Amino acid sequence: MDPEAAKLIGAGLAAIGAGMAAIGVGNVFGSFLESALRNPGAADGQQGRLFIGFAAAELLGLLAFVVAMILIFVA
Amino acid sequence: MAAEEGKVDPMHQFTIEPVGSWAHWEIAGVDVTFTNSALWMLITTVVLIAFVQMGNKRQFIPGRWQMAVESLTGFVDNMVQANIGKQGRKYLPYVFSLFSFILFANILGLLPLGVAGIHPFTFTSHFTVTGILAVISFSIVLLVGFWKHGLKFFTLFVPHGTPLPMIPIIAPIEFISFMVRPFSLGLRLFVAMMAGHVLLEVLSSFVIDGTNAGIGFGVLVGLPSFLLMIGICALELLVAGIQAYVFALLTALYINDAENLH
Repeated sequence: MDPEAAKLIGAGLAAIGAGMAAIGVGNVFGSFLESALRNPGAADGQQGRLFIGFAAAELLGLLAFVVAMILIFVA
Repeated sequence: MAAEEGKVDPMHQFTIEPVGSWAHWEIAGVDVTFTNSALWMLITTVVLIAFVQMGNKRQFIPGRWQMAVESLTGFVDNMVQANIGKQGRKYLPYVFSLFSFILFANILGLLPLGVAGIHPFTFTSHFTVTGILAVISFSIVLLVGFWKHGLKFFTLFVPHGTPLPMIPIIAPIEFISFMVRPFSLGLRLFVAMMAGHVLLEVLSSFVIDGTNAGIGFGVLVGLPSFLLMIGICALELLVAGIQAYVFALLTALYINDAENLH
């Protein structure tokens, strides 16, 4: 296969990682909302943890984006 | 790479160039050119200082501006108190500067000044900038940790209540996750800002090229892309806030590790 084509296919495959991170971030906020509606009184105290979970899930998706960018512009 | 085909090059907006006639200044062999990155850092600092000073009138009945500044400082103060505790007060100036600097930089970089011919430069979309910010946070953690706890700081790598046979496995994992912190901290902010700006640029190329290709493509491709762009712009404002918050929150958490061990 042409190396240039292989790079672009690899970059496209890296987009799967971004989609997976979308599932992860949705899970974080979805679970938070679900339990926050059950016990609204305790919800505000957990916002810090919500964003830590969000940051961890999002980072992995951003890494997929970095892989795509490296394949297109650097490699 | 796409520029020679007459398309919009989404990476062009991240080029660092000298401003005006400042090109290639050297002090003792070191290039100290005043770049657009430095210019926007300066603008961010000036806007931030102006914003805080205009609300710093200490009126007994605060006006609107003072309320805005007070809610910003109060927000960061709450976050620091909740995550570090009472003795976290001394880190408030650092965390507040970090949070508001990143927030203002992100938002100033999103301003639609291109209409007036000025191109805003988001310096938080460069790893050199966010990496240095992350390294500063990490050094504070190391300094505070070793200053306060001495060699006991290494107990950070053995969580409380770890069974003895698990220690050889847990300690290296904890060590790696500790050493990776500055990278993940800097990487997150830089990639999130870069991804957003690339996305906006790509969508704008859809609008421009679609509309240039004729009325049919303009309605079918250009118009939906333009509507999507408006939505993405709102999302980018949200991301600008969230990324600044996450950076400050994680810094506060890491300082808490150094301050209280765990």
